[in-house]
Amino acid sequence: MTEFEPKIVAFVCNWCTYAGADLTGTSRIKYATNVKIIRFPCTGRIDFMLLLKAFGEGADGIIVSGCHPNDCHYTSGNFHARRRWIMFRGLLDMLGIDVRRIQYSWVSAAEGAKWADIVNTTVNAIRDLGPYTDYAKVAGYLEKEAEV
Amino acid sequence: MQTENYTIRKASLEKLFNNLVEKGKTVYAPKAKGKVVLFENVERFDEITEDYIVTTNSAKSVVFPRVEEVFSYKKTKEKTEISDASANSFPDVVLWGSRPCDAAAFIPLTNTFNRDYTDIIYNKRFEKILILTFSCSKCDEYCFCTSVNSGTGNTAGSDILFTKLSTGDFLAEVITEKGKLLVEENSSLFEAKPAESKEQNLANVKTYFNHEEVQSKLQNLFENPVWDEKSRACLGCGSCAFVCPVCSCFDIQDESHGGNGSRLRCWDSCGFSLFTLHTSGHNPRETQGARWRQRILHKFLYMPDQSKVAGCVGCGRCSRACPADINILDTVTSL
Amino acid sequence: MNELIKKAAELLESNVVQIVIGYGKGSAERTRTIFITEASGCDQLIFDSRCIQNLAVYLTKAEIKKLGKPAIVAPVPVLRSILQLASENQLTEDGLVVLGVTPESTLIEFESFAAIETYLASHKIEIDEKYQKIIEGIKSMPVEERFAYWVKELEPCFKCYACRAACPLCYCTRCTVENNQPQWIKSASHPLGNLEWHVMRAMHHAGRCTDCDACYEACPMGIPIHLLTKSMLQDVTENFGPYGPSLNKDNTLSSFKPEDKESFIK
Repeated sequence: MTEFEPKIVAFVCNWCTYAGADLTGTSRIKYATNVKIIRFPCTGRIDFMLLLKAFGEGADGIIVSGCHPNDCHYTSGNFHARRRWIMFRGLLDMLGIDVRRIQYSWVSAAEGAKWADIVNTTVNAIRDLGPYTDYAKVAGYLEKEAEV
Repeated sequence: MQTENYTIRKASLEKLFNNLVEKGKTVYAPKAKGKVVLFENVERFDEITEDYIVTTNSAKSVVFPRVEEVFSYKKTKEKTEISDASANSFPDVVLWGSRPCDAAAFIPLTNTFNRDYTDIIYNKRFEKILILTFSCSKCDEYCFCTSVNSGTGNTAGSDILFTKLSTGDFLAEVITEKGKLLVEENSSLFEAKPAESKEQNLANVKTYFNHEEVQSKLQNLFENPVWDEKSRACLGCGSCAFVCPVCSCFDIQDESHGGNGSRLRCWDSCGFSLFTLHTSGHNPRETQGARWRQRILHKFLYMPDQSKVAGCVGCGRCSRACPADINILDTVTSL
Repeated sequence: MNELIKKAAELLESNVVQIVIGYGKGSAERTRTIFITEASGCDQLIFDSRCIQNLAVYLTKAEIKKLGKPAIVAPVPVLRSILQLASENQLTEDGLVVLGVTPESTLIEFESFAAIETYLASHKIEIDEKYQKIIEGIKSMPVEERFAYWVKELEPCFKCYACRAACPLCYCTRCTVENNQPQWIKSASHPLGNLEWHVMRAMHHAGRCTDCDACYEACPMGIPIHLLTKSMLQDVTENFGPYGPSLNKDNTLSSFKPEDKESFIK
């Protein structure tokens, strides 16, 4: 039986986390390959619905990462993002969408090692939680007859 | 066929229900859910509530679901497979507990889906439904079925109409061949017709207007200020159209997911501000008044005129559900 | 009550306002929004516990604005919405007359939005205990159960958007769901479409909702969607402090403090 390999989608900002992930590579640090990275100009650009759409497309876990507060390339994008994440997390929690499957982090362009650590930790955590079937089932409406 | 009358005892009614469920029919009956009474799939007789004048939503979802797949496709490297819903077969459905107004609504609904296009999916669903209506022993100020050529004991559209008698047993009027078949399959449950008359057990709904008169008046009221006045409080949601048993406007939504996709038919409402928005940006019904006018004209003039069917069955659901309390009876009587 | 009728008639008579928006007799036991243009019509105005519609929703409608300067009957929930709309620059102070009403039907005249804010300082938004208990109950369910609970609760939703239509803060001329390039929120009323809509609605109201319950009262299917907005309200208070419409504070999600705290970002 093949072991479950989580599918993780990462929403990252271009200036810090994406550059940081680059550094992880150039530093030849080995880390889990389960993550698909989506690059945004800034975490402030990340629409909260995108996270749900990722779950709907079969993601088992999500990483959202950007510049540290006060270091945003656009000055305040990550401050707005932080508030948004706080509110969205509360809503997801109320709705029963598993917030343990979303890892938020601040990873700077110099933190190549931290990125690897975030990815590895998240992959392990999701592997323990198992595949995320609840949301995908609801999103899998195309596979079943529409309800009356 | 000639209507055939029987008596069915209260206990036998429950047995009839159980027989239907045992036979594997999907039964939709009124179920109480907090503030509302909805037609839901039930499997036990005790799930059915008798405490309703009309249900909050209509029964039209049995033939016109709120979301329905019209076709779906699957793309592979070699080909694209299309599966058309009109080739599907649909389950046997029993509608238990519709009111005479609900049953009468299937007539204009069937007309709409066959008028200038034969809707195979609708027809296939309609063929498979058995409509078991219960006449009304009470009514309220929202009801106006008698003003639209219907009534609390109207049999139009029903396969069997049950009327509760003072004894607690029911008169069963078998209207159609489908109804007759049900009686034959459950013959032990149906006894000789009762002595008691149906009429004494029906609620009396006041007649508020004459349908033909309204129809004729509406021909000359297009530019009248009544439309703006009566719809000023309208919020432009879809509640009235969605709870209405006759309304059948729909939107087509294409949803795709990689190489798979579906075309879905979903309920739509002429009350939405963008209902008639053209791609050019022009909206012929730009004001809520124009949209309210369209709703009334469609139901009380265009449908009777062009299709010779009632556009409204007087159930009052729209007025009951409206968050702004726009009352259709109020508008029609003020014309 | 009589003061209200008198004042409304006065305003119309002197043409200070051209329309009075208030509550009048509706069907059966309900009340209905009425729009009065003649002073003599003001005796149709009523006010009691049946008046649950939030009248502020009419203040941003183009067709109502065309009728002229309004006077609006405003119990506390409506006052909160008016203040929130004012803080979002949707209303101008000289563009309307606010006729506040207490639960005892006494008239309060407000000279400015700031005066409304002062009054509302002693009528802070507080989530009713019965709702606090329900929300607590839901949050104490294990995750899977909670999700199943909401999918089931949202099942009767047929996307009539009455919740949106009744909310005074949903005044976008073209809602996200009304765009189909792209169709960001699925408009069909299947489980995913319903979930996406209610998630988006709750998020777009985060930090703005004034807890008037108009969304719940409007829903023809009786779905307790106000539980989501109330839970968001609790979250705002917990994370960013006491909360209410204000002319001096920006909305929660359109502002920030560098020292905002959270516990989940690594």
